[in-house]
Amino acid sequence: MKKVLSMALAAALMAATFAGCAGGNSDSNTIKLGTSGPLTGSNAVYGNAVKNGMEIAIEELNAKGGLQFEQNAQDDEADSEKAVNAYNTLKDWGMHIMAGPTTTGCANAVAPECAADNMFMLTPSASGPDVIKAGDSVFQVCFSDPNLGLAAADYFAAHFSDAVIGVIYDSSDLYSAGVYSTFETEAKAKGLNVVCVEAFTSANKSDLSTQVTKCQAAGADLVFMPFYATEAAQVLTYADKIGYKPTFFGCDGMDGILATEGFDPKLAEGLVLLTPFAADADDEKTQNFVKKYIEKFDTVPNQFAADAYDVAYAIYEACTEAGVTPDMSSEEVCEKMVEQFTSMSFDGLTGSGMTWDASGAVSKVPMAVVIQNGEYVSAD
Amino acid sequence: MNFLQYLINGISIGSVYAIIALGYTMVYGIANMLNFAHGDVIMIGAYMSYCATNYLGLHPLVGLVIAMAVCTVLGITIEALAYRPLRGVPSLAVLITAIGVSYFLQNAAQLIWGSAPKNYTSIVSMEPLKLFDGGLVITGEVIITIVASVVIMLALTLFTGKTKMGKAMRAVSEDRDAAQLMGIPVNRTISTTFAIGSALAAVAGVLLCSTVPTLMPTTGSMPGIRAFTAAVLGGIGSIPGAMLGGILLGIIETLSKAYISTQFSDAIVFTVLILVLLVKPAGLLGKTVQEKV
Repeated sequence: MKKVLSMALAAALMAATFAGCAGGNSDSNTIKLGTSGPLTGSNAVYGNAVKNGMEIAIEELNAKGGLQFEQNAQDDEADSEKAVNAYNTLKDWGMHIMAGPTTTGCANAVAPECAADNMFMLTPSASGPDVIKAGDSVFQVCFSDPNLGLAAADYFAAHFSDAVIGVIYDSSDLYSAGVYSTFETEAKAKGLNVVCVEAFTSANKSDLSTQVTKCQAAGADLVFMPFYATEAAQVLTYADKIGYKPTFFGCDGMDGILATEGFDPKLAEGLVLLTPFAADADDEKTQNFVKKYIEKFDTVPNQFAADAYDVAYAIYEACTEAGVTPDMSSEEVCEKMVEQFTSMSFDGLTGSGMTWDASGAVSKVPMAVVIQNGEYVSAD
Repeated sequence: MNFLQYLINGISIGSVYAIIALGYTMVYGIANMLNFAHGDVIMIGAYMSYCATNYLGLHPLVGLVIAMAVCTVLGITIEALAYRPLRGVPSLAVLITAIGVSYFLQNAAQLIWGSAPKNYTSIVSMEPLKLFDGGLVITGEVIITIVASVVIMLALTLFTGKTKMGKAMRAVSEDRDAAQLMGIPVNRTISTTFAIGSALAAVAGVLLCSTVPTLMPTTGSMPGIRAFTAAVLGGIGSIPGAMLGGILLGIIETLSKAYISTQFSDAIVFTVLILVLLVKPAGLLGKTVQEKV
């Protein structure tokens, strides 16, 4: 019995190994977009959002009948070593353009590989400042963390110049710590009144009550929280319990908060977000995307999904403009893409008139939205 | 005033650690194994209660009972399928199996409920007590958690001290072979231990998520590891020790966050743990067993 079972397991393993190779035999009339992200594990929500957002864009693009695209999304579990393995798998598959990875840590590991291979890399969501420093062929669609910190400081100086500011951030997360470090410098330069700065790490974030109490004790009437929706829900819930009502201010990582299942939108009333994408925005493009996404994946898309959607569209526009064809090698594609990206202007879900400079950083306008009656409303 | 607030917050999260640590310590004391899947049973318990209240519209208390029932069955099943066949093999093999079960539960939960976090609605509907004009706030969850942990600890102490099954458990924990020779059904005793430990895990899951509302497949793992630390601090195998260790860990963690640094609180907590273990290697209330060679 045991022998049969182990044979069956071994067979299953073999089948799984070969199933992984099946993608390699696809036809060569498509531009192959590779991406990687955490599809399993604790960050799976981000990797899946990127995969799904890109999938919708590619379906739409292929339906247009022009250039045809194909996506291959690998699971890197937000682990940089696995991300490099995923990148090599994608190269073997015949990838033309690396439309990933999802997270900054992985992107930091994959970007130098892309630069060395002359592979064009456009990451939807890896916002760390070092990602694009790896080489000339690495570009970002999202804001880089320092730019976001700068934008937040600017926004506070313009709209909340006399606020007493408390900051809570995740010191173990590259995104959160990256936004905070620029914010810290800029806040000092602009003379903002920051009274307390509290940190937490991925290991102790199951209890954030002390950080909130400290902000309350310091008399902060504006709490800046450059982290994700999951932790924000904890902060808002606890603040509500103890009756602490400052203006909470978040960044683009927090936009999924209203979509969190079971979250009471009343808690987020008055929350201000600095984000280029809000799922409830009323322009036609966003509404169309959100509708399709919900139909297909049964959940409301977040910023990551929107960024990935823009990645596919930006690549499509650049490819069409530059006359890229599927028979070109990835080096040839890379050369044309770099030329296109540094000269084009792109209108996407996450911003109109997006442009890129030679460093690979995007320039777009962050938008402040405030949550009123459970909906995003422009704050300006 | 702030000090009192921090202290209460510390006792509150410490009580959650204590309930989880009770499960760890019971299984360790009696089956002599570290059940690393305990944290994930907590997560399953929380999901069960979430589903019962949010999808089936049941009363939160009914949800709690369902969660306890499911976790009890789950605990017994895990023990029978994964641990019982390994009785008598080196403990390292059992430890690795436990880690495997932990991964299995996390991934199964991700398949069933998805990776996106859910926001757990607290089962406590009590209004927070506001003392000193709102200077000190004691939430309903804090009161319920503290009361629950004390009640559970007392009940467990009485159970292991007074009942027949409890005595059997202690006998198995002292010498499994001798207990078997005396006619104690060892397998049934260990199954009961897992059943109790897993039912406690369900309670801990519901209380944990009522305090900290994020519910996702990895919700149980960090509190699980902290509670394990608490159990070691208090003396693993000792029921009052798990309680003491949990509450101390919660208080040290919160006070070091409040008065020293939110950045380095973990370093401080674990330094305390190392110091305690240097002075008392068996933990605060642990028994030092002399091994005859």
